[in-house]
Amino acid sequence: MMAAPVKATTDGAPSSVQNLTIGKALNLGLRAAMEADDKVLILGEDVGKLGGVFRITDGLQKDFGEQRVLDTPLAESGIIGTAIGLAVRGFRPVCEIQFEGFIFPGFDQIVSQLAKLHYRTQGGVRAPVVIRVPFGGGIGAVEHHSESPESLFAHIAGLKVVSCANPVDAYWMIQQAIRSDDPVLFFEPKRLYHSGALKAPVDTTATPDPLFASRTVRRGSTATLVAYGPSVKVCLDAATAVEEDGTSLEVIDLRSLSPLDLEPVFESVRRTGRLIAVSEAQSESSITSEIAARVQQECFYSLESPVLRVTGFDTPYPPSKLEEHFLPDLDRVLHAVDRALAW
Amino acid sequence: MSSPEQWTHPEPGAGPAATAAEPTPEQVIAGLRATTEGGAELTQLLTPEGERLASSPFDSYVADIDATALCELYRDMVLVRRADREANAMQRQGQLGIWVPLLGQEAAQVGSGRALRPSDMAFPSYREHGVAYTRGIDFRELLGIFRGTDHSSWDFQKHGFHPYTIVIGNQVLNATGYAMGQKFEGKVGDDDGEATIVYFGDGATSQGDVAEGFVWAAVYDAPVVFFCQNNQWAISEPTERQSRLPLYQRARGYGFPGIRVDGNDVLACLAVSRWALDECRHGNGPVLIEAFTYRMDAHTTTDDPTRYRLSDELEVWKHKDPIERVRVHLARTGGADQAFFDDVQAEADRFAAELRDFCFNMPDPPPERIFANVYAESSPALEAQREEYLAYLEGFATEDSLAGSSTGAGER
Repeated sequence: MMAAPVKATTDGAPSSVQNLTIGKALNLGLRAAMEADDKVLILGEDVGKLGGVFRITDGLQKDFGEQRVLDTPLAESGIIGTAIGLAVRGFRPVCEIQFEGFIFPGFDQIVSQLAKLHYRTQGGVRAPVVIRVPFGGGIGAVEHHSESPESLFAHIAGLKVVSCANPVDAYWMIQQAIRSDDPVLFFEPKRLYHSGALKAPVDTTATPDPLFASRTVRRGSTATLVAYGPSVKVCLDAATAVEEDGTSLEVIDLRSLSPLDLEPVFESVRRTGRLIAVSEAQSESSITSEIAARVQQECFYSLESPVLRVTGFDTPYPPSKLEEHFLPDLDRVLHAVDRALAW
Repeated sequence: MSSPEQWTHPEPGAGPAATAAEPTPEQVIAGLRATTEGGAELTQLLTPEGERLASSPFDSYVADIDATALCELYRDMVLVRRADREANAMQRQGQLGIWVPLLGQEAAQVGSGRALRPSDMAFPSYREHGVAYTRGIDFRELLGIFRGTDHSSWDFQKHGFHPYTIVIGNQVLNATGYAMGQKFEGKVGDDDGEATIVYFGDGATSQGDVAEGFVWAAVYDAPVVFFCQNNQWAISEPTERQSRLPLYQRARGYGFPGIRVDGNDVLACLAVSRWALDECRHGNGPVLIEAFTYRMDAHTTTDDPTRYRLSDELEVWKHKDPIERVRVHLARTGGADQAFFDDVQAEADRFAAELRDFCFNMPDPPPERIFANVYAESSPALEAQREEYLAYLEGFATEDSLAGSSTGAGER
């Protein structure tokens, strides 16, 4: 990994530390990956001149050229299918899907080719493709712009699925995903892209945590909350809200949805006896179902209450005037905490 | 240009009304024509009767093909057909789970395959056993897929031959991306340029991935030859279920050349493929080739073509056989004598016998193979699942040995 040179600034802080939003951290992470390896390409709709509809690839085509940042024709299967061919040739393509709801024309290529090439060829063919997917709701959008389809991909053997929830992870995880020799679906919490409240100092000379590992982001003893992507912030806010009542909530950011790193969750549940899994996705046959199943298997005698889930409902994503009902919020999370404690 | 009526049924009222069970005579004839006549635009160098035609644009691409070289192409086709027939028979005997016959498509596959250079890359669908053979892949390596011992085993980079792709049309996009990579790496633009060829069928032309492959290749000037083997049938559906137009004409709408070649003429397939690859090497890709051919056998060994096509059609195509026309030509021009043909047949029989022997002795893969190479970097959870299952199997081994020692069954 190329590290930026450290220079003293006027306030004495090293310039390798920058205060970044998630969106800007992703942008700088992509830039660092492209500087480190000239086989890294960016492909997608409007990722070049425009810098992407969310501006995550802003300025990259200008600096790396049209042969490394490709404004593609408008077809998702084409983006992913050609990225696979480029990867077979030795490139490391990073595809941007404009919104999660538009990934499905490319689903066939992801499931039938990307996920299976390595297995099919007994390791002879690697397809290190990263597919960046802005996901989640809360932006008042029309249909297909607010969904959380990550469980569909976590279900597919051969794919790895991760999600970042803060600027430090955004900066490092995207670079780690690009370096991975496996295909990675990279889910980005779109409503937090430009959140000033989440701005955080990112040290580009630091040593990052492993990519496929969960992380305990807040210690607690009363109950455990586990979440990923945009729901991590909801859980942290909930933990803060009940702190002065004496309720101590532990919060775990999954980060990796496939493979799941649940050891820290098991360890936590053995201490707290209670687990609430939070996600914007529909609950049926989802990441949160998987967590519930595995925790009851591993922590059966430690559980003081059943594993509860706070999720989107098992409906299509509603019209945006109803989305605040659909999305897990602080009150619904705390309601679940109350139920768990009262069991 | 072909006349549209070759591709459509007669207008309503043109003859006695048809019923679902009973097509009109006109419909029968129109259907036969549509699937047997390539039309005036068909590029052909060797007629079904073995007569060498002159073709000013393409002769220069096969100027090096003398009688000896033609004998080699003949040998390739005979070996490939013999192996195909052997594999088909082995499926019937329960040694293969399924076989995908290429009978009738030997010229399209050998001609295009022999046009490739080692530095080129080919992306097959799942019927390209003949192309695989031309890329130096041992026919025995194809059997595992159909016997169920592996999904693909050859070294794709060494052979310049991608794994088989079974989902219809997927490989067209993958090949296009690969060709874009060849261009991005600066491997295109002169006589030493690289190119990619991708194989798909008439049915695949209806897939979005094929249309998108055409768009991408055109937009990025990708050095890719789209080699469509129009074998007239997508399982039970004739080409008229996929297109109003002759398929090669689709290229025009995407802005690159399309050409229809007699897919049963190995010389024409070689010449046209060399031309198309040459265009790609020099940066003038992509090119669409429609190889007009015929699937002489079933779609796969599970298929029954008597349910949907006329035996008359098969009889018509037997007269256009890709191997027979080369044999006739070589015999008539003195390019080969009977001893040569006998030698090739004997070699093909030995080839088939070796294939059979190999197939019968293929070991089953060990159970741990299930868990191998799912990822480049495996996960603890998957490793745990593997260990748990292997321990479970190990339990049976222990039980068996215990059972054997207590009852003496092991000694019987």
